[in-house]
Amino acid sequence: MSWLRFFRRSRADAELQEEIDAYLAEETTENMARGMEPGEARRQAGIKFGNPRRVRETLWQQNTVSLVDTLCRDLKYAARTLARTPGFSLIAIAVMALCIGATTSLFTVVRSVLLRPLPFRDPGRLVMLYEHFRDARSNQEGFNYNPVAPADYYDWRAQTHGFEDMAAVRYWQFNLTGERGELPEEVNARGGSWNLFPLLGVPAAIGRTFAESEDRLDGTAVMLTWSLFERRFAGDASIVGGQIHLDGKPYTVVGVLPQWFTYPDAKVQVWVPYLSGLPPDIVPHHDYHFSTVVARLRPDVSLASALSQVEAVQYRLHSQNLNAPVAEDVAPRTINDDLARDVKKPLLILMCAVACMLLIGCLNVANLLVARGAARQKEVAIRGALGAQRLTLIRGQLTESLLICLAGGAGGVLLSLAATQWLSSTWKDLPSAASIHVDGVVLGFACAVTFSAAMLAGLLPAISSTGKAALAALQASSRTAGGNLSRATMRKTMLTVEIAVTVVLLIGAGLLLKSFARLRSTDVGCVTRNVLTLDYSLPAQKYASPEKVNAFNEDLLEKLRALPGVRAVAFGSSLPGEGYGGDDVFTIKEHPPLKPGELLPDALIRETDPGYFSALQIPLLKGRFFTGDDRLDHAKKVVISSALARQYFPGEDPVGRTIHVPARKDADYEIVGVVGDTLWQVGRPVMPTMYFPMLDGGLDHGGSLAIRTDSDPLAISVPVQKQIAALDPELPVSNVQTMQQAIGNSLGNARFSATLVLSFAVLSLVLASVGLYGVLSYLMTQRTTELGVRMALGARRGQVLRMILLDGLRPALVGVALGSAAGAGITRLIRSMLYDTKPLDPGVYVAVASTLVMVATLACMIPAWRASRLDPMQALRAE
Amino acid sequence: MAKHDKTDGEMLKGTLDMMILRTLVAGDAHGHTVAKVIERTSEDVLEVEQGSLYPALHRLEDRGWVSSYWGVSENNRKAKFYRLTVAGRKQLVLETSRWRQMIRAIGLVMGEELMADGGTR
Repeated sequence: MSWLRFFRRSRADAELQEEIDAYLAEETTENMARGMEPGEARRQAGIKFGNPRRVRETLWQQNTVSLVDTLCRDLKYAARTLARTPGFSLIAIAVMALCIGATTSLFTVVRSVLLRPLPFRDPGRLVMLYEHFRDARSNQEGFNYNPVAPADYYDWRAQTHGFEDMAAVRYWQFNLTGERGELPEEVNARGGSWNLFPLLGVPAAIGRTFAESEDRLDGTAVMLTWSLFERRFAGDASIVGGQIHLDGKPYTVVGVLPQWFTYPDAKVQVWVPYLSGLPPDIVPHHDYHFSTVVARLRPDVSLASALSQVEAVQYRLHSQNLNAPVAEDVAPRTINDDLARDVKKPLLILMCAVACMLLIGCLNVANLLVARGAARQKEVAIRGALGAQRLTLIRGQLTESLLICLAGGAGGVLLSLAATQWLSSTWKDLPSAASIHVDGVVLGFACAVTFSAAMLAGLLPAISSTGKAALAALQASSRTAGGNLSRATMRKTMLTVEIAVTVVLLIGAGLLLKSFARLRSTDVGCVTRNVLTLDYSLPAQKYASPEKVNAFNEDLLEKLRALPGVRAVAFGSSLPGEGYGGDDVFTIKEHPPLKPGELLPDALIRETDPGYFSALQIPLLKGRFFTGDDRLDHAKKVVISSALARQYFPGEDPVGRTIHVPARKDADYEIVGVVGDTLWQVGRPVMPTMYFPMLDGGLDHGGSLAIRTDSDPLAISVPVQKQIAALDPELPVSNVQTMQQAIGNSLGNARFSATLVLSFAVLSLVLASVGLYGVLSYLMTQRTTELGVRMALGARRGQVLRMILLDGLRPALVGVALGSAAGAGITRLIRSMLYDTKPLDPGVYVAVASTLVMVATLACMIPAWRASRLDPMQALRAE
Repeated sequence: MAKHDKTDGEMLKGTLDMMILRTLVAGDAHGHTVAKVIERTSEDVLEVEQGSLYPALHRLEDRGWVSSYWGVSENNRKAKFYRLTVAGRKQLVLETSRWRQMIRAIGLVMGEELMADGGTR
């Protein structure tokens, strides 16, 4: 059979008709030649030929691809049936569109973030290497991946052979200006070892990548990312070979990176060689952890054996530096997981949540189809009696659900285009957000989802409504048809499943929401209301002496404090709740030396101006704050946090003791005060913290201003920026926002997963309650006569109401019980995403169960009420 | 497919195609001629049922054994003519030899003419 003929059936038929006509004419002529009357001749020719229609039908059949033909017929039939009940069809299509759309857009994000290989050469052999500490404290929040110290990286690279090459990347920030310091802007930068780009297989789009000789401490080569090249230099290739000024120092542009290269994120604007600009004393250290290492595995070596070489090197380094924080082990991570670290878990959980919603949507459509099946029982029975095979009937019904799902799938894909756009632009923590888009694979996924949904939603009702019992509908008294009972049972089972899944979703959402609320209301340990924050960083070139740095900072603080509406101003290297900000190890002079194998004490470091603590209302527990006298040569003072005092000075008064910080000019610092704890990030445990005087005039003095105001803090931002510009018009500021905004942004993941899971759960709840209502209304219609009889025999309205209500509530209650049990098991998976909330939080369970029972009661109430209002006489006449 | 009634002139399955091809060896012909030639040549023993002639012609055309064109009949009427193709000729040779083998085989099995009383002549 050929497809061509299939589509040319009508033409072939017309031709055949002509041929037949020609035959008849021929025969008639012959008959007339034999001496017949013209009429008789035609009649005899007709008799001889027989039934021309039969010939045409035979040929038509012969030309038909029967599968396609029946499919077309099924489709036509299904479309007509659906069009006859537009309300049902639209609801079903909307439900499927919503579910398929949500699933597709989540899949789009998951694919781009977790599954798609990065556009590097042979990305399967790239692996990120981290140090790994074994002690419990480092691992309390999950397996630790510790950044790598520069000396460790150089030793790994020199002493192991399992990897083709290893490259190191470090974070940096620059103040980018023109030659005369004009147009200042803070740019995100990365330092990458010279072999990074060849290792990744990334060529320069213009110019070249770094040379080995440029990767040195005083190296001044720089590469621009495409976005900076386009934005600031208008895509003018003559900038390659020219100079730009970073922190007031001239750098030579050696190349521009390709447009697609947005690794590790799109915010990076310039790349410098790894060593370029590093303080020289840092490089030989094994305990300055600030780099990530990317390595390319040799094709003939397994990851395990390559890794074991590196681990051997690392363990030796650990043994040689017993007290210093040098990790014992090395931990590998794929490059995709490395970029997605914070979003992987939320993404997977969201994916599970939409899958649940999809399941509920399918069950709901199945439920609706079962209800329709009941109304069409007679039709199915008649078709069956006329000889339609069961398979034909099932196929017919499946076609209907397929049509619904296809329309829903098309709507869903459109919906997911918008949803994906929204997700990738709103969810700030997603890596490679720019590359998230719908493509062929995603469309294929949407098709697969659509077809499986159609099967799931169509098969159950189709099988149930075409069973042997269906024929019973033809019997005289159709109200006793056996199909009703089993179908009602099936609908109730589906409802129970639907409700159970909804309960699981609601419990998950409730836990995430509670945890988010806990995060929101966390006390970071200082005032956060009415506080404006902004960052600036003094370029080392221009502020070359401690006196100059201090003069600027003190001038600025004084001017800001004098502004109307300003209550207090704090300036520090970083503010509470705004990130890690670095840590250092120290020793306590008055304590006995450490035992071998005991780790050096470690604490976060902050530099603060004297007004920092009082402005942020961090309480003084002992001793004193800094004063204006703790400056320059008199600045060897330190204020410690309560956690540091508790951990390292248990049962003694730390004030007056001395700590020695090797990384800080290798000097001794006198503890002058103890202050309350602050959180470095909401949701993470408190860490011991050391505060040093900002007024020591150190040269690396980027920092954050916190300005506490009387009213809306954002209103003061322009006057503040004007004051800064008055002192130094070339100094850029960044991250102008309120402290609450800053802290809220750090909770992006928690907020996102909580709201999204909640919205999926609420949608599922709506679907489930609509399902409940539908099933009960259907059951009531089925039982109209029975109810009429009951009422005629004296059943009271209250009794009828209770009966119907209980009938509907039973599957709901079973579903709640099942769902709670399943929830208890499943929510353990999200334990790590919960903050200060137990997976078995009784409050959440009670709230979910009561919400569901309440909604279920409401959904059941309407049909039950209607049943109790029945007029018995009318009900008895109904059939 | 509709079932055909049995007629006296019913042909062995598959032989119609072969006979059509054989008829066309003499030259191009339209459906009416093909039917007439078969009937005449078989001394009116075989009656070509029109219900199977045209589907058979189309089937042969699909397989590439005959080709067709619209022409003018001897009575000056527009008619669809069929022509034997090279592939059709090969097929005819093949089928003819198969047919002869079959006739011989059946002849061997049936032996001599059977008398009404069960004996052979």
